[in-house]
Amino acid sequence: MSADVELDHMTIRFGEFTAVKDANLKIEDGEFFSFLGPSGCGKTTILRAISGFLEPTEGEVRIGGKNMKGIGPNKRPTALIFQNLALFPLMSVADNIAFGLEVRGVGKAERRKRADELLDLIALGDQGNKKVSELSGGQKQRVAIARALAVEPAVLLLDEPLSALDLKLRQHMRTELRAIQQRVGITFIYITHDQGEALTMSDRIAVMSQGIIQQVGTGTEVYENSQTAFVASFVGENNPFHGKVVGTEGSDALVDTAFGRLRGRNVRGMQPGQSAMLFVRPESMSFANGDAENVIESQVLHSEFEGSFFSVFLRGEGAKDIVMSMTNSGDLPQYQEGESARVAFKAERALVLPVGDVADE
Amino acid sequence: MRDFFQRNGAVISTYLLLAVFFWVVMMIVLPQAYMLNFSFRHDLLPNQIGGPKDVYTLSNYEYLLFGRPGDEELFNYLHLTVFLRTIIASIFVTLLDFALCYPIAYYIAQVAKGGYARSMILLLILPFWVNEILRAFAFRILFGTSGVINAFLQTMGILDEPIDFLRADVALYAGLSYAYILLMVFPLYNAIESLDHNQVEAARDLGSPWWRIHWRVVMPHAKPGIASGCTLVFMLSAGALAAPQILGGPSSLWFTQIIYQWFNTGGNWAQGSAYAIVLLLACLVFVLTVMKVFKVSLGEIAR
Ligand SMILES: Nc1ncnc2c1ncn2[C@@H]1O[C@H](COP(=O)(O)OP(=O)(O)O)[C@@H](O)[C@H]1O
Ligand SMILES: [Mg+2]
Repeated sequence: MSADVELDHMTIRFGEFTAVKDANLKIEDGEFFSFLGPSGCGKTTILRAISGFLEPTEGEVRIGGKNMKGIGPNKRPTALIFQNLALFPLMSVADNIAFGLEVRGVGKAERRKRADELLDLIALGDQGNKKVSELSGGQKQRVAIARALAVEPAVLLLDEPLSALDLKLRQHMRTELRAIQQRVGITFIYITHDQGEALTMSDRIAVMSQGIIQQVGTGTEVYENSQTAFVASFVGENNPFHGKVVGTEGSDALVDTAFGRLRGRNVRGMQPGQSAMLFVRPESMSFANGDAENVIESQVLHSEFEGSFFSVFLRGEGAKDIVMSMTNSGDLPQYQEGESARVAFKAERALVLPVGDVADE
Repeated sequence: MRDFFQRNGAVISTYLLLAVFFWVVMMIVLPQAYMLNFSFRHDLLPNQIGGPKDVYTLSNYEYLLFGRPGDEELFNYLHLTVFLRTIIASIFVTLLDFALCYPIAYYIAQVAKGGYARSMILLLILPFWVNEILRAFAFRILFGTSGVINAFLQTMGILDEPIDFLRADVALYAGLSYAYILLMVFPLYNAIESLDHNQVEAARDLGSPWWRIHWRVVMPHAKPGIASGCTLVFMLSAGALAAPQILGGPSSLWFTQIIYQWFNTGGNWAQGSAYAIVLLLACLVFVLTVMKVFKVSLGEIAR
């Protein structure tokens, strides 16, 4: 069965409160697709609508072209991995994995065989008879995945499955999840508030804020060509400069800011006179020599050494500092705290976007 | 021990120890020991006590089994039947209560939210502010031949003749089930409430129909609560006196009524004690069986 998932102008309300507003996108068969957004933005709500635990207030969910309205979670070709995994603590590991098969009336021997195969897939081959409580966090994680895969879903839905793990394990599981997805070849819909997870694993990402899908694209697209102030500030770090568009030149726009006239790519086609925000990423800035364009004169506040790179904080507009980062290539530039500095960036590395909410750190 | 004194202070520690000692000895051990002792003695006149006839005997237990020596019947069918009927009827009442309470407890614990669940619990408790005797008589009024239910069924034209619910023991079973329903609801509610609702959803998501979710996920989790509710309801039903007295049919006795007769009208405490001990043993056997079947420990039941 083809398992593309379409959200067709889907809106979900809880009473007066709109949790998801007009979500409209298509997830392709076999894709690793992520919903990325801060906590409370409506990610779980979307996942529950896809898995069938709640019905959209407006619009529809289609899986493989078929409208899912009125089809319960036990009848959909999806399997959900819960944020807290929700393994059955009173069943053995193998029984957990085979539960979906038991439901489908598969015989005991066949169930055990399938469970063993899946245990091999998740590299827990000989642990089928253990209790769930005897497993480590990462192992439980993998059992939850195996339990969901056992029913051979066309779509696997994952609700922040790594959030309970420690950093090292989380990074390891990223690679592992991606590998499992490529092995089984089914659609994965992944939810996270961690942009690192979304960027490393996904084919495409939908960035959400307050129930609204802000942008859908590949990791590079949402990072390099952010379309809204929220996406620019939520995905990776970014320095915003408030100002007014004073002119356009080709594909660029000129913005008058507190630091003078700055130039950036006019990706949203802004017109002179409009209020705008110009975004420059920390790694796109460098200390200026000579008279480059897009120069910002400011003052060094302090710096942080992070091993592979180096962050320098400069006095920005208002309370927010300007951050620039440089890779540690051995010869770091010399400067003093409190001394004035000139930094510059290339116009093609800056984005001019309409004013909007930015993600708070 | 010294820890205990240091933690609670001398006065409170002494009080706690004495209270526990008093409870265990005066309330549990001594009365039962007396009963046990009585049950192995002859029913003697005061002037025979201490005399040559004052010896231990099994005759009280033999009487329950075989009746008086020289009776034409081989066994004491009358009392044995009452005993068995009491046990079976109590099991029936227990099962009925479980069937009634499980859906309610599940609903309050997992489906209803917040204030709604609380008002449902209040509605359950409210009738129990009325005392037991009054409630039993209220049931008599409901179930009597000229009672509310018969009157209703007759006006609706469903019945021509009133049904004698009392004679058919319907009133008794209903009254007993109703009397101990809270003792089933609350252990079930407590047990089900602690189940992570995600597990129910996970089972559903894996394709499980509702009955299998209950069979494989909810009930195994609620086992200690089920065991605790069932043992409580069983023991109290088997040991009930007021409800059978008031709601029982004229020809049907409850085992406790026979015990009561031995102690009271019969004035034969020795015989009564033996009967009471047998009932106690039956209850213990029931509890142990339930624990075995449900594979729960005493600690889990008490939780
Ligand atoms: N059943 C519900 N009733 C009312 N509000 C809800 C319900 N479920 C979620 N919400 C609200 O919808 C918003 C989005 O929730 P959720 O989808 O869980 O966010 P996320 O998973 O992105 O953290 C939150 O503000 C939450 O309080
Ligand atoms: Mg969530």
